[in-house]
Amino acid sequence: QGLLGRSVSHSFLSSASVTGACRAIQKLTRVRVVDNSALGNTSYHRPPKCIHVYNKTGVGKVGDTILLAIKGEKKKALIVGHKMPGPTMTPRFDSNNVVLIEDNGNPIGTRIKTPIPYILRQKEGQFSKVLAIARNFV
Amino acid sequence: RASGDGKPEKFQPPPKPVIIDKQKQRAERRFLSPEFIPPRGRTDPLKYYMERKDMIQRRKVFNIPEFYVGSVLAVTTADPYANNKTNRFVGICIQRGGKGLGATFVLRNVIEDQGVEICYELYSPRIQAIEVLKLEKRLDDNLMYLRDALPEYSTFDVNMKPVSRLDHEEVPVNKLQVRMKPKPWSKRWERPKFNIKGIKFELPESKMKEAQKWSQPWLEFDMLREYDTSKIEEKIWKEVNEELKK
Repeated sequence: QGLLGRSVSHSFLSSASVTGACRAIQKLTRVRVVDNSALGNTSYHRPPKCIHVYNKTGVGKVGDTILLAIKGEKKKALIVGHKMPGPTMTPRFDSNNVVLIEDNGNPIGTRIKTPIPYILRQKEGQFSKVLAIARNFV
Repeated sequence: RASGDGKPEKFQPPPKPVIIDKQKQRAERRFLSPEFIPPRGRTDPLKYYMERKDMIQRRKVFNIPEFYVGSVLAVTTADPYANNKTNRFVGICIQRGGKGLGATFVLRNVIEDQGVEICYELYSPRIQAIEVLKLEKRLDDNLMYLRDALPEYSTFDVNMKPVSRLDHEEVPVNKLQVRMKPKPWSKRWERPKFNIKGIKFELPESKMKEAQKWSQPWLEFDMLREYDTSKIEEKIWKEVNEELKK
């Protein structure tokens, strides 16, 4: 049961305000955690939000690390897909997908079911373990 | 044949069989890919002529099949980061944009409950094969509303077999009316500016009437917006066919 489009699944309020079409990931964007870690899958009254992007510009694209606020904790994460259209021949996903990660680059979960773009293989050195647990590639 | 009179009957040759040449019937149905038609503007037609020459050169080497918005395609591209160096994606074509060599088409599919769209350039050298798995048209030219429709309408099996069809038949029009997720949508598809016929709107009558407030009924009579492409298409069709036969 993930975030379907613009429905606010974690909040109890049905009439919460929803921002316009999200583009790439920046501070305060709500993201969807796609691995099977306990932290990403247990529900909380607030959705996981980005609080910092480790980038010269504050805009995160596929392959960038961000700082996430989940369940009252800070956790680093890797962006694996966003709603913003990128260069041609690259996939555009219907939700902003993110994989939870430790400081050294090791993923917290053990399996990623959602498709991951092949472009991530460029950073094979840093994120080889994340690519190893990914099942589908697009 | 035993008949009453003794005279031998004059030999009647059997009636000649009537051969319906389906190939000739097919030639009557022409398809000119929309990116050949130049847009309305003041640019020198020489630019479009040169682009068309390059497009025809590419088409001689690589087969780009006929397809419309709403047909299911499978595209294999060369990818340096994929194992086998090739990447195959199956999806429904939701939009065809761009003119000339920059013509693009967007394929959409839902994989593992995640909607994925990829915009491919038709004339990119990275594309190794385009197969049409199901050739059909839909009621609209632009199926962007599939993003807000229920995911079952965008899911297509990655290993689906190509649907066989006879060459001379008309391209079938799928009059499917798609059911949508609850509002809010990414765009207000009920408004007349999008002119969408392929959605089954389950909105109350008051909302549909309110949407009609934004209709612009004078637009269809605006003569300055008319762009009649029939003559241009004829010329380009002849030119493209001659070049391709060489």
